[in-house]
Amino acid sequence: SAGHASQGCVWLCATSDRLLIKGGRIVNDDQSFYADIYMEDGLIKQIGDNLIVPGGVKIIEANGKMVIPGGIDIHTHFQMPYRGTTTVDDFSQGTKAALAGGTTMIVDHVIPDPGSSLIEAFDRWREWADEKACCDYSLHVDITHWNDSVKQEVESLLKEKGVNSFQVYMAYKDLYQMSNSELYEIFTFLGEMGGIVQVHAENGEIIAEEQARMLQMGITGPEGHVLSRPEELEAEAVFRAITIASQTNCPLYVTKVMSKSAADIISQARKKGNVVFGEPITASLGTDGTHYWSKNWAKAASFVTSPPLSPDPTTPDYLNTLLASGDLTLTGSAHCAFSVAQKAIGKDDFTQIPEGVNGVEERMSLIWDKAVVTGKMDENTFVAVTSTNAAKLLNLYPRKGRIAVGSDSDLVIWDSDAIRTVTAKTHHSAAEYNVFEGMELRGAPLVVICQGKIVLEDGKLQATAGSGRFIPCSPFPDFAYKRIKARKQLAVLRAVPRGMYDGPVSDFSPMSRGGTPSASARTSPTKQTPPVRNLHQSGFSLAGAPSTEETPIRPAGRRIVVPPGGRSNITSLS
Amino acid sequence: MSHFERRCNKEEDLPVYLARPGSASQSASQSPRQKSYGMFSSVEGAFENKSIALESYCAQRKRSRSRGTGGPPGSRSNGPQARSFFGGTSAADSVRLCVSLPFHLVPQSDRLLIKGGRVVNDDLSFFADIYLEDGVIKQLGENLIVPGGVKIIEANGRMVIPGGIDVNTCLQKPYLGTQTVDDFFQGTKAALAGGTTMIVDHVTPQPGASLLQAFEKWQEAADKKSCCDYSLHVDIPHWHEGVKEELEVLVQEKGINSFQVYMAYKDLYQMTDTQLYEAFSFLKELGAVVLVHAENGDLIAQEQSKILGMGITGPEGHALSRPEELEAEAVFRAITLGNRVNCPVYITKVMSKSAADIVALSRKKGSVVFGEPITASLATDGTHYWSKNWAKAAAFVMSPPLSPDPTTPDHLNSLLACGDLQVVGSAHCAYSTSQKAIGKDNFTLIPEGTNGVEERMSFVWDKAVAVGKMDENQFVAVSSTNAAKIFNLYPRKGRIAVGSDGDIVIWDPDKMKTITAKTQQSAVEYNIFEGMECRGGPLVVISQGKIVYEDGKLHVQQGVGRFIPRKPFADYIYQRITMRSKTMAARGVSRGMYDGPVYDIPATPKYVTPAPSTKTSPAKNQPPPIRNLHQSNFSLSGAQVDDNVPRRSGHRIVAPPGGRSNITSLG
Repeated sequence: SAGHASQGCVWLCATSDRLLIKGGRIVNDDQSFYADIYMEDGLIKQIGDNLIVPGGVKIIEANGKMVIPGGIDIHTHFQMPYRGTTTVDDFSQGTKAALAGGTTMIVDHVIPDPGSSLIEAFDRWREWADEKACCDYSLHVDITHWNDSVKQEVESLLKEKGVNSFQVYMAYKDLYQMSNSELYEIFTFLGEMGGIVQVHAENGEIIAEEQARMLQMGITGPEGHVLSRPEELEAEAVFRAITIASQTNCPLYVTKVMSKSAADIISQARKKGNVVFGEPITASLGTDGTHYWSKNWAKAASFVTSPPLSPDPTTPDYLNTLLASGDLTLTGSAHCAFSVAQKAIGKDDFTQIPEGVNGVEERMSLIWDKAVVTGKMDENTFVAVTSTNAAKLLNLYPRKGRIAVGSDSDLVIWDSDAIRTVTAKTHHSAAEYNVFEGMELRGAPLVVICQGKIVLEDGKLQATAGSGRFIPCSPFPDFAYKRIKARKQLAVLRAVPRGMYDGPVSDFSPMSRGGTPSASARTSPTKQTPPVRNLHQSGFSLAGAPSTEETPIRPAGRRIVVPPGGRSNITSLS
Repeated sequence: MSHFERRCNKEEDLPVYLARPGSASQSASQSPRQKSYGMFSSVEGAFENKSIALESYCAQRKRSRSRGTGGPPGSRSNGPQARSFFGGTSAADSVRLCVSLPFHLVPQSDRLLIKGGRVVNDDLSFFADIYLEDGVIKQLGENLIVPGGVKIIEANGRMVIPGGIDVNTCLQKPYLGTQTVDDFFQGTKAALAGGTTMIVDHVTPQPGASLLQAFEKWQEAADKKSCCDYSLHVDIPHWHEGVKEELEVLVQEKGINSFQVYMAYKDLYQMTDTQLYEAFSFLKELGAVVLVHAENGDLIAQEQSKILGMGITGPEGHALSRPEELEAEAVFRAITLGNRVNCPVYITKVMSKSAADIVALSRKKGSVVFGEPITASLATDGTHYWSKNWAKAAAFVMSPPLSPDPTTPDHLNSLLACGDLQVVGSAHCAYSTSQKAIGKDNFTLIPEGTNGVEERMSFVWDKAVAVGKMDENQFVAVSSTNAAKIFNLYPRKGRIAVGSDGDIVIWDPDKMKTITAKTQQSAVEYNIFEGMECRGGPLVVISQGKIVYEDGKLHVQQGVGRFIPRKPFADYIYQRITMRSKTMAARGVSRGMYDGPVYDIPATPKYVTPAPSTKTSPAKNQPPPIRNLHQSNFSLSGAQVDDNVPRRSGHRIVAPPGGRSNITSLG
């Protein structure tokens, strides 16, 4: 068959599902080597030299080019409903853009309305995606409110529906935002059930205050968005989320790492041993927040996402470095494309601008250009951050994220020297703008194979809507939970066995135990709390007016010693 | 010049520990400590420049003794009297002499002369005599001309430092109907015995009670009992509109410029981030200092119920339920809030390495933040919570708790020495063992607080100066001057200068003392530092111009302490804040109006929580319709009407036919 070698790809027989890639350099996250790959029925059947394959297979000559596992975009919002409209990229449009960029699997976020059923929302998303997706997909479910029935739904999603990751919000006050106590409960629960907690980390309370302040100052344009969400608030929330996760011994996944300070907190926590994963997105790796000050409202608004892009222009470089060093683990796109007309809902008030940027198509090329071409990252790490780590976290490894016998045949032949200019005119998203407009990116997919079929070749996309399958993810991914499990065994707290304290006990007013102290004295109408979890309240209530001021507690210098008949061994203070 | 020679001798005595630092202390084996010495080695040379520069004081001296003979040159050539008197004595002799020698010429008057001392302020040390009258420093210098019949104290070249200021005490904190055993009398007595001549106590009103009434109650009690000058912080137990008026009165009329807020004690004192934001904004406008008790109360409540559920009821549960991460988290959040509001933040009770690191880090980033470690966190650690002796373990209960990491005190002392932490308090809040025993079956009921007001100065000397981390000037800064600056008492307090209050301590750097409850001034029957040996202590303590401690004896008088009012907008912190307020104004971008197409949104879901009828959670109470700015921004109103309408892919919405395109074009 060597005689058929010619420049480009040769189609011997277009009928079957059988495919042979010859002469490629296979790049996995751990090593690179030259081998041929034989695929059948959407699976990799053989890898090696001089493979014995049936006749009539289609042969692709790779000519020594890199063959990498197809990318996994772990963060997308396709077809997301928003105030009566939906994002302009539905599952068909979005996955086409993904495939065009070398991404062969996406993980979309299910966002139920606060108060509604998680499972119903999940089913609705499944329906939309099954109908339209052109590549395999999986789903995260966002937890937008928390109570016992949500808890049961989460459990059944984890155990029966194939969802292993759930997003919670620390921002969007009075809508999605969770209190610290709720976060603690969710983290504890998911830590026990083997789920991954994803957080949208921003301090929503301060944002609400800052937004009100900005609007009051008369700042209504998109620059108000970034002014009211400074990167400190992101860093603060990341720090808090890590603290809660470490308390509850639960693995943590920070979605959308947008700023240097947030990334620093993650890398510090990893050095301290916390199980935390950071996800920078295409936009934060490729561009910065100076555009919010653009004189062109539509352009400025197209960058609106939260957490916002940092106005510090050195941010992308810094995040790429941390991604290369492994402090940040994987990459998504947070692709959530609204048209300019949709963005214009907020033309007089930046808080009304729908949030989201594009990036699913540019993700792989951009990382290659910013990190690999500049020498920060090697090709194996490139595979790790664009595909393998995501597969590991979703517990899909090695089915996805690796080129190995038995894996799904989602492959990309990567042309490391191709140069293309990003522009809204040629991109596959339906949005009429592109936040990376005009950027020249080096590195692009030459051939994309999804489920064993060639979907991109010679710059032509041949995707079929509805061919994408839902890939269920199982709980307790080793990548996150091996350490968690080991720690659970170690971190058992033990009480100190002591004799009973038998010394004197001071009289205290027991009436305030367990009750809100002197509720009648409270004048604030806002501070009414239900009588649950008031453990500490009882521990520290200051009961009544301390009238003891006049009556001396006891003469100075007099020491209370052990009672005449009591044993002294327990209470003595020596 | 004999003058100079003598000082050189003195220096040879002093920096013994600087030559081989760490050997003086018990923990020479600890390697992390060694690392910091490089940083502090410059101290040796620093002494060279600190003793001579009396020129700066000449002006004051001239003024104070305008009828006197001779100017500065004359005084220098004459040489100080004390020096010629003790010219021949060796250092060892002077130790003995000093203890026995303070001879009282005329013990009746308020006039006092300290001769031959080395005055140590936070910026420099120099030899000078000090003349006090009516509780105020009247003259400072050599060869002072003083009236006859003054009492003379011979300091014999010892350090004379400004009296300590303890900025964190709770001498009247009520707990479940009982009160701390150290009241203002007992507590200030202990303070004076340790070289502290001023305390700042916390007024802790009950939630819902009037701050003003609580303040008056505290002031009354302190006026009646206090033996030294005092001032008060007021704690804000919860935030509502009514508090604002009271705060204004307290700041503008009552002389209070510092208020504490709590991030812990859920459902009791704890404030939400929104409340903190408002409180910070308001207090900043008033020019006050915000003190923060930084711990994440929500998580603590969760951890406590978890740990009680596991059957852990002893004091170790206290430490287990309040791990240091929760402190660090809250410190980080408080600083973030402070940065946003541009408000100075003062962290009370820095107890752990991670919290201290966060303070240090954010100072490097430019935040106006101050950290206050306390006696207990500088001298001991939290391993005692696991003591088999319940009473001993309970004695250490305070929050944030002492860190179980035994390297914590060393780390905090290093940060204190290099200026990353600024002030040392004691958080003295002494409950007797029987009071602590209220929580014998449940650690959450143990009243929180440790002793430390008496030991504070000595421990800082022992742990930081005697091991070579810190110089004597920095010692004065952290034990007195910085506190005076932050709380706007400087230079009345915290400095030895003409016109300052006569709160002075003659410090003996070599005095060895073993801490024990048997000899302490506090009324509690234990001491958490029991058995620890401590180098450095006061020899003579002068408060309000009167000798209150001498020869190991206290002569205090109840009720002489005055309330010292403090003005807002302390320069030390507000200069930067004021400057930043001017420059930090955010500005909008001036653009043309957007005139492109606008997607039509249905009017109904705006400003309404989406589909409240579908909400099943009883816990998620409806938010009041204020500040739901964001809510309206992002409501996802269920299944959409146009879900079934397939979008034509590739269809672009362009500018409307008649509209101008210059604003909306994306080129």
